[in-house]
Amino acid sequence: MTLLLAPVVLPLATAAICVLLRKNRGFQRPINLLSCLALAYVGLLLLTLVEEQGVQSVQLSGWSAPFGISLVADRLAATMIMLTGIVASLVVVFGFSDLSFGEEKNGHPVFVQALLTGVCGAFLAGDIFNLYVWFEVMLIASFGLLVVGGLKPQIDGAVKYVGLNLIATTAMLAGIGLLFGATGTLNMADLHGKLLGNMSEPGVLAAASLLLFAFAAKSAMFPLYFWLPAAYHTPSHTTSILFAALLTKVGVYTLIRVFTLVFDVQHPLLQTLLVGSGVATLTLGIFGAMTETIARRVLAYLVMVSIGIMTLGIAVGTPAAIAGTTLYLMQTLIVTAALFMAVGCVAHLAKTENLPEMGGLWRSHPLMGALFVIIMLGVAGIPPTSGFWPKILLIEALADAQRWGLVLAVVIGSLATLYAVMRLFSAAFWQDVNTDETPNLDLFRFAPVLILTVLVVGFGLFAQGLVDTAKASSVNLMNPSVYVEQVLGGSK
Amino acid sequence: MNSLVLSTVTRLLAPLLLVFSVFVLLRGHNEPGGGFIGGLLAAIAFILINKAEGTRTARRALRILPLTLASIGLSCSIAAGLWGLLSGGAFLQGIWPLIDIQPDGSKSGIAAGSILLFDIGVYLVVIGSVTGIYLALEDGIARSMD
Repeated sequence: MTLLLAPVVLPLATAAICVLLRKNRGFQRPINLLSCLALAYVGLLLLTLVEEQGVQSVQLSGWSAPFGISLVADRLAATMIMLTGIVASLVVVFGFSDLSFGEEKNGHPVFVQALLTGVCGAFLAGDIFNLYVWFEVMLIASFGLLVVGGLKPQIDGAVKYVGLNLIATTAMLAGIGLLFGATGTLNMADLHGKLLGNMSEPGVLAAASLLLFAFAAKSAMFPLYFWLPAAYHTPSHTTSILFAALLTKVGVYTLIRVFTLVFDVQHPLLQTLLVGSGVATLTLGIFGAMTETIARRVLAYLVMVSIGIMTLGIAVGTPAAIAGTTLYLMQTLIVTAALFMAVGCVAHLAKTENLPEMGGLWRSHPLMGALFVIIMLGVAGIPPTSGFWPKILLIEALADAQRWGLVLAVVIGSLATLYAVMRLFSAAFWQDVNTDETPNLDLFRFAPVLILTVLVVGFGLFAQGLVDTAKASSVNLMNPSVYVEQVLGGSK
Repeated sequence: MNSLVLSTVTRLLAPLLLVFSVFVLLRGHNEPGGGFIGGLLAAIAFILINKAEGTRTARRALRILPLTLASIGLSCSIAAGLWGLLSGGAFLQGIWPLIDIQPDGSKSGIAAGSILLFDIGVYLVVIGSVTGIYLALEDGIARSMD
């Protein structure tokens, strides 16, 4: 299936074109935007194809499955690609006015496209070594995005980010090596068959722990979270939105993929690790979000809260819990982007990111305030926004599994999230103001926030489609035989 | 740096390194070598020119801007993948237009095709990015010394 190549080849080709046109902003901007829109469209086509004909796979260079490189798209992957395309398009538009001239000239669009290549590659990878390669592509691109502004705090944040991520990818490589030694294959579908019932072999378990370590670092789980608050507030808002919406979610996505398809998440050791780490991530995220005074650092800790909640869902691992987690993953992509973008607007209006110095925006920009309230409800998971449904599904699943402690953790996490965003809101909009002049909000900043808010409410009111997709993809994830058959026995 | 010895030796070594890099690139087809290591060797040639004669001469020797070179290389590699897709049926599949297979199974002709194009792409990306990074660092040092 040629369509499967598009999410990888399209951003890569756009990156090449953007390098050639790096001096010419007039060409670079529309091409960048068009490519992201095309990515969203490809995701939609892929999703309809998967809905109609089941899991799709393609073997690169014509070598058949366990030996060649497989790209596989199931419902979850296709949905994630579509959402990635939508968010990326809006972020690119936001960047038109948020990015400085220097950042655009220094190759911000190129790195964005390279990042999208890595993200989509990781969503589609059917081979665990291939997954590692896409992680590297993502890492290099995100390093570029962090330092493209060239300021000292950016370099500082980038060093922490790259340092920890290099350790994580090394651990991943070691885990992959062990896995290959134990089974003789790296294709995830093939691994599924070979590992069935062999989960307690020391080599396999060691490999699983190393991979868990790597994915945990990628998704900023405890105790490997500290790079996230250190790095997310240093670059331009455009970069922060992109990172918050995509990078940690890729970590969670691979966690779901690998620990349903390859390893058995119900193994007691893995489950204990995941539960402990999830609760710790949630708790630290809450404390951080409550005490921080720089807007984007608060948001970074809020991202950790959502990561913690998703980790708990994966840890419990029942079909209902996985359904809740996948739905959470899908909607958090949109909501996180919306929140970071709204804060980007607020920081632009208030000319500062420091909460005590903000204020008075309710009087000058009531519309922005209204959007902020809606997004805030979405983040906290209050109806009628999209954040409500995954939390209900998750809490229901956790209660069914008799994990009452975890139910409590999710509820406290949601309430604390609400408190943290309300703190942000009252600081930015209600606090007494020192200066009367606030700049105007231009269309390039406002329109993407508006669209994202509409999406947040829309997914809340018309949740059935997304809930069905999440439930169906969790059924697929829990019964990997269709996936395995398609990859190993499918089209050549 | 102004050293007669270095610039004289560079005049001999740089072309030699460039020819050797192409040799390594082509050798990589069936034996150790390939686009990546060939590209690094070629980049060393330009770095040597830079050390001996300065960044301006190095840029002139490169003729194209480093990042443009990298971008052309990336396009070559993508094109090689698409070539395989269009005439072979799978992305990145090896296509050999100049090879004839005899009825007895032996092959004759030149082993140049989509895989060579892919490797040339890698070669150009490596030259472009390595010299690009190096020259940017040299410019930064020169600026900080002013």
